[in-house]
Amino acid sequence: MANTMTAAKTVKFVVTRQEAPDAKPYTEEFEVPYRPNMNVISALMEIQRNPINATGKQTAPVCWESNCLEEVCGACSMVINGKPRQACSALIDQLEQPIRLEPMKTFPIVRDLVIDRQRMFDSLKRVKAWIPIDGTYDLGPGPRMAETKRQWAYELSKCMTCGVCLEACPNVNDKTSFIGPAPISQVRLFNAHPTGEMNKEERLEALLDDGGIEGCGNSQNCVRSCPKGIPLTTSIAEMNKDTTKLMFKHWFKM
Amino acid sequence: MKRGYFYSRKLHSLLGIIPLGFFILEHMITNYAAYDGGKAAFQDSVKFLNELPLIFFLELFGIWLPLLYHGVYGLYIAYTSRNNVGNYNYGRNIAFMMQRITGVITFIFVTWHLYQTRFQIAIGEVSHEELGTHMNDIVTQPLMFVVYIIGVLAASYHFTNGLWAFLVSWGITVGPRAQKVSSMICTGLFVLMSVLFILSLIGFRSQEFEAAAAAVQQVQSVIG
Repeated sequence: MANTMTAAKTVKFVVTRQEAPDAKPYTEEFEVPYRPNMNVISALMEIQRNPINATGKQTAPVCWESNCLEEVCGACSMVINGKPRQACSALIDQLEQPIRLEPMKTFPIVRDLVIDRQRMFDSLKRVKAWIPIDGTYDLGPGPRMAETKRQWAYELSKCMTCGVCLEACPNVNDKTSFIGPAPISQVRLFNAHPTGEMNKEERLEALLDDGGIEGCGNSQNCVRSCPKGIPLTTSIAEMNKDTTKLMFKHWFKM
Repeated sequence: MKRGYFYSRKLHSLLGIIPLGFFILEHMITNYAAYDGGKAAFQDSVKFLNELPLIFFLELFGIWLPLLYHGVYGLYIAYTSRNNVGNYNYGRNIAFMMQRITGVITFIFVTWHLYQTRFQIAIGEVSHEELGTHMNDIVTQPLMFVVYIIGVLAASYHFTNGLWAFLVSWGITVGPRAQKVSSMICTGLFVLMSVLFILSLIGFRSQEFEAAAAAVQQVQSVIG
């Protein structure tokens, strides 16, 4: 008796689908048998195994991306019930049904829930989010980092370029060239590093260029949405301070 | 790469506070004289302002040009944002949308208000001495009174919330606590400005500003 009741329990999904990058999006409903401790990824796997929609018709399995399954890689980011987040840490028991799955439309859509986050990696290159240590001889150890600084810098290093902050930001869209919150915070991270600090102006210069830090409109959705709890708005304000200082420095050096 | 956006956005942010923020505060205090001290006090304030040296250039560089730039560039900023309060109904995101809505309302209101007052003075329809009476004519019409109340509320919100954003954009309030404290101060300023502006409008509705009363006063001063 109890067994049949569990078997009858299902999870309802409404998935926004799109067959190709410029195809028209449409929604398709699915009903997946419930299992305890399910997450959105395991439900999508179930649809993949048995690609039949809610009306009982055979359909193409839903495409999505995922990797680490422990919320550290950022690959499975999608809009779940209106909010962008990682599908792996979205537990079915904690979600309102029907569960609405949509791709993060701020990015180019490849297919169904798969998006192209290339712009995020391009941004990291643009702001030089690394520490140059190469030389023609052994440069020896760099300066030490103070423990108090390391503690907050570590929080910034948790960024997994998942794209959630860009999706939540009202100023990252097709009418602007705004780089988005994540790379601005990375400038703060690499400028905090004692060796990285030696090239700090190169990174700030990148934020002064068109589509840089000026695109922020202080809606602060980013800090509310970041799955890693990174203090993005503090980073942006700190970089506002540094870029403003650099601007005046340029003027007085002329 | 190009830097045009950075400098134009920075200039937009600066002009909103200096000089436009100072101007709106000055304007509020001048108008409040109409409620506080009545017609005589208001006339004195208007006279004082118009007797400032180089008044034309003060108006040109302190009000008209900054207003034009801030207004037109602001419309562009409002156009480029994709408001998403539906999915993210957080306080600051609502303020972000309100900043753009009140900006557009203020732009329309200020254009209309400039035409109704400063432009009429420029073409010689109204003199500085008649301004109080002219305002009385306007705000005693119920519809115009409502329009002016909406206008001053929008302008006050846009300025005080813009002040909050200015402090962030120039890296003055960095951490969440500093931003929270500045947000409380800015909210207080918004309430104060709204009250003073609405009292000014009520002041202009009083009898002493009426055209008939003005005529009586004139006659009295001639006789008296």
